[in-house]
Amino acid sequence: MPRLSIEDLKKIREESKATLTLRSGQARAKITVHMGTCGISAGARDVMGALLKEIEKLGLTDVIVTTSGCAGLCSREPMATVELRGEAPVKYVDLKPERILRVLREHVLEGKVVVDFALASGCETTA
Amino acid sequence: MPYRTNVLVCAGTGCVSGNSFGVAQTLENEIRKLGLDQEVQVIRTGCQGFCAEGPIVIVQPDGIFYCGVQQKDAVYIAQEHLLKGRPVRKLLYSPPAEKKPIPALKDIPFFAKQRLVVLRNRGAIDPERIDDYIAVDGYAALVKALTEMTPEQILGEIKKSGLRGRGGGGFPTGIKWETCRKAAVSRAVDPVVVCNADEGDPGAFMDRSIIESDPHSVVEGMIIGARAIGAKEGFVYIRHEYPIARERLKKALDQAREYGLLGENIFGTMMNFDIEIVQGAGAFVCGESTALMASLEGKVGEPRAKYIHTVEYGYKNRPTNLNNVETWANVPLIINRGAEWFTSMGSGDVSENPWGGSSGTKVFSLVGKVKNTGLIEVPMGIPLREIVFDIGGGIPEGRSFKAVQTGGPSGGCLPESALDMPVDFDSLTEAGSMMGSGGMIVMDDQTCMVDVARYFIAFLTEESCGKCVPCREGLRSSLDALNRITQGTGKPDDIGLLREIGEVMQDCCLCALGTSAANPVLSTIQYFKDEYEAHINKGVCPAGVCTALIEYQIDPEKCDGCHACVHGCSTNAIIGNVKQVHFIDKEKCIKCGACVEACKRNGILKVPRSHAA
Repeated sequence: MPRLSIEDLKKIREESKATLTLRSGQARAKITVHMGTCGISAGARDVMGALLKEIEKLGLTDVIVTTSGCAGLCSREPMATVELRGEAPVKYVDLKPERILRVLREHVLEGKVVVDFALASGCETTA
Repeated sequence: MPYRTNVLVCAGTGCVSGNSFGVAQTLENEIRKLGLDQEVQVIRTGCQGFCAEGPIVIVQPDGIFYCGVQQKDAVYIAQEHLLKGRPVRKLLYSPPAEKKPIPALKDIPFFAKQRLVVLRNRGAIDPERIDDYIAVDGYAALVKALTEMTPEQILGEIKKSGLRGRGGGGFPTGIKWETCRKAAVSRAVDPVVVCNADEGDPGAFMDRSIIESDPHSVVEGMIIGARAIGAKEGFVYIRHEYPIARERLKKALDQAREYGLLGENIFGTMMNFDIEIVQGAGAFVCGESTALMASLEGKVGEPRAKYIHTVEYGYKNRPTNLNNVETWANVPLIINRGAEWFTSMGSGDVSENPWGGSSGTKVFSLVGKVKNTGLIEVPMGIPLREIVFDIGGGIPEGRSFKAVQTGGPSGGCLPESALDMPVDFDSLTEAGSMMGSGGMIVMDDQTCMVDVARYFIAFLTEESCGKCVPCREGLRSSLDALNRITQGTGKPDDIGLLREIGEVMQDCCLCALGTSAANPVLSTIQYFKDEYEAHINKGVCPAGVCTALIEYQIDPEKCDGCHACVHGCSTNAIIGNVKQVHFIDKEKCIKCGACVEACKRNGILKVPRSHAA
């Protein structure tokens, strides 16, 4: 990518915003694994690894898996946020590889929130 | 005569493997014992089809459906339901559809009371993708600062916002920037901007988390600052122990460079600026600005006296503007949304001057004895109580609150009576603690405050650079006195001595590490003097922490001679034959408490040391 002009920046913003919020593109679901130091030390890498492997095995092409930093509630890591297109994001806590697979199966594929490890739905209050 | 009640116990394979035969047998025994065997019969049925929740028990004609029934539950069902007619609620099956839906994030106090400014993108964007940051209006403030604002206007906006240094000093950022710019202009020397990411306080991880979750916000803040000050060069001084943060920051810089957001002619303007990462080598003192700059130059990280300010003569004698990670991360939003928006959050009044209050939010790492440990961001001025009890969820395991330490190792410990105080720069300082960079450690009633002071003074003694005498010797003498007190050999005038040393350190130390180092001692003496006195005068540690002042005893009433403690003891200090009351050999006991954990009958007590010879 060459140096950006101010116009380029605006273009990137619009395009990325659409993908980030699942407004356009192929994806109908996004799974964000929270990978701050706290999450990683609690086992987020294993959770991520299991998730990626399963998605490859199932050949899912419409699910985005991405990472982000600490979600704030370090005592409940590893955490992940699952967002289906048009629905409020759901935060999962105390995850393990087998638990994220259940989330993938039941929530992402079947549309049922896995109440056992779901903390809450919705977004945080930003000022 | 027909039975009034039939109890159907599932005897399908699934439930049988969950011991449903045992459950049926127990039910029958209980029914007989209760004299109900003419009225109630137990029927073993085929599979009920709900194997996942087995063993299943259905009571007819009531139509009550129990799941996951164990033998002990069967006794209860017989007594409560079959005899008294009260269905056992906790064993009732509740179908998933009727379970309470998961709550909304805004209804959970941990999240509801937070207000995210610096952490606005936490968990929402991929920190390793610059496009994600751009998607959430990233670098829009930079465009504004470069194309619509003069450096003076940027300075004015930051000054008006009342932003104060988030590293703990609380110095108004706008004034710092302005002084640095003026020094650079009047001396015609290129200034430097520095980001202090040498976060070394035990239990503090705010800056690490900001860089890990949103590195570009720091980078953007620095570019805007450089524009305001006129700097071409910037550094991020980050500690060696933060590999993930460093890696993400490096990626962020590379991506920004590739997009031309760093380098020459940024966005086609005349502005040139780049940032270099410098790694610390593990010295706590290098978080102090002058020591940090010495370290940047490749010299030994020691502070110097600051009658000459670093904004005038800092890194390589150039005007140097140093701000903390969190301060930098606030900048893009202030530029984007304006000073007025920023001052709408916080306490006090900064309209006349930035010292008048604390505007904006503050990030804290909330740790210690609270249910929800984590990273939080709250508006300045929030009462301490709301942080500990609403966001933190209170003290776990039914214990009670004793103190909260703010401001890292050289902060102070505040008691229950201070909990209604607003959390801002000035209130905390007034109460004998400080904002510091935002570590917050909650302590429960099992914490010994003298031991806490000893721990922090031991840490600071290790970390003191040794350059100035009051810090080097003051800490050492304080540690000696605290060691004496916690070991039960404290002298009556030790409290006075600790106070005197502390006050001298506050007045005479070279840098802020030294002047604040006595805070843990002085604040615990101020608020918890009775604990010091108990140690010194009675040889008692009220919290039962100081090992020299306690001993373990076996309660002969409770000991059944099971030998579990004997196996748990690593020094063979527990004597006794199986099935006879054991006792502890005090000569051998190292008071590790392993026996307490091993005993299943709560039979080992921690008691004050006995003075009997």
